[in-house]
Amino acid sequence: MDKKTQQNLKISTSGINIMSSMDEITSSCGPEPSNPMAEYEKPGFKLCSYVDRFIKTDAGLIPVIKPKLEKNDLFSAFYVRCGINRYKYTVAPGLYGIGEPDKNCEVIVTANFKLTFDHLRKELNNINAWILVLDTKGINVWCAAGKGTFSTRELVKKIKDSSLEKIVDHKRIIVPQLGATGVSARDVKSKAGFRVVYGPIRASDIPAFLKNNKKADKKMRQVTFNLYERFILTPVEVQIVLKPALFTALILFIISGIGPGIFSFSQAWERGVFSFFALAAGILSGAFITPVLLPFIPSREFALKGIITGSIFATLLLVLISSAVNGVAEFPALFLFSVTISSYLAMNFTGTTPFTSPSGVEKEMKRYIPVQLASLVISSGLWIYSAF
Amino acid sequence: MKDLRYLDDVSTLVLNEEKCIGCSLCTEVCPRGVFEMRQNKAHIIDFNACMECGACVNNCPSQAISVSPGVG
Repeated sequence: MDKKTQQNLKISTSGINIMSSMDEITSSCGPEPSNPMAEYEKPGFKLCSYVDRFIKTDAGLIPVIKPKLEKNDLFSAFYVRCGINRYKYTVAPGLYGIGEPDKNCEVIVTANFKLTFDHLRKELNNINAWILVLDTKGINVWCAAGKGTFSTRELVKKIKDSSLEKIVDHKRIIVPQLGATGVSARDVKSKAGFRVVYGPIRASDIPAFLKNNKKADKKMRQVTFNLYERFILTPVEVQIVLKPALFTALILFIISGIGPGIFSFSQAWERGVFSFFALAAGILSGAFITPVLLPFIPSREFALKGIITGSIFATLLLVLISSAVNGVAEFPALFLFSVTISSYLAMNFTGTTPFTSPSGVEKEMKRYIPVQLASLVISSGLWIYSAF
Repeated sequence: MKDLRYLDDVSTLVLNEEKCIGCSLCTEVCPRGVFEMRQNKAHIIDFNACMECGACVNNCPSQAISVSPGVG
């Protein structure tokens, strides 16, 4: 084929394109979709929406992630905060890049809980770095460090698996400070050859930390637990107690039905409603109000904090339903029950805070669990007694 | 964080200052500001802030620190 014919052919093909029949065919098939990521697609795999592109390195293709969260990230975060599927909210462990990572960039270590991962990447806008995600089974850095999944062993394994020595020219990795509970800097150095630099607690301090020659100031090194940080944890606190609460409600229903006629369904329903209110007030007080108002409630013992808040809630409830409740013994029964629930759930919140020591919790439990149990027994006794 | 305190005199934290080699890593990893360096040795300046997380123990190169909470 000579040049001239080729040119003719070209002209004729472009000519075909403007024919009306061809137009119809194109429109019925839709315009050709532009997918710049198409070359990375693999059968059976789905590209993650937070991956922006891939870059070639001496250790193979590495996904570069977006520093900006998208709508679906925020929606999922909302569900997870409500406790829905929170143990399945993960990203694949391994090495990622952000910005324009090169051989001199820092390596930041994190957990594979997607909420943690998102929290980190949104703070790394305009920063070029590598992100090494450890397999923490979808748990945040601190809890995973305590559980032993964010560990020296896992960190060493991931450094080796990702051939980090081929990715960067230096031998430093930045580990979040709260990971120190599970990581020994010395062991990482001897087993993987990388020097651990402990970064700040909060991802939002990373840009300042990097600018400051990888030095964290005192504020960056101390945990906080402010009003918002406490509030955001409460939906999960409430969600966790829903199932046991339903079970408790069933028991309350049965206990409420015991009376002169051995058991009566109508009585169970009539009296049960009040005990459900007392239960709900206890949950609201112990799993929501006490955690949110934590430092403003007197006492350092969480169980006692729960008793104080619970007493206020129980009193309010009893005032509201006083005209409908008959029998003197019912008031102390409902009061004791509601306050006990509040105290127990408040004590439970010790496991969620970043400042309670296991030894302290043990001391508190030894003191208050017998009190809570006794109160529960007295309250049930009074409740059954008042039916006769 | 100074306003959020838990029970006093319960922590099992022990620092053996003789063993301390002055690397200051404990002051770096402690999220509660329990330690401070004085004359190249670690000192406990806020014992009751300790929550026994074990970060200092894990990273102390000379086994100068220990915590031994029960099952908690």
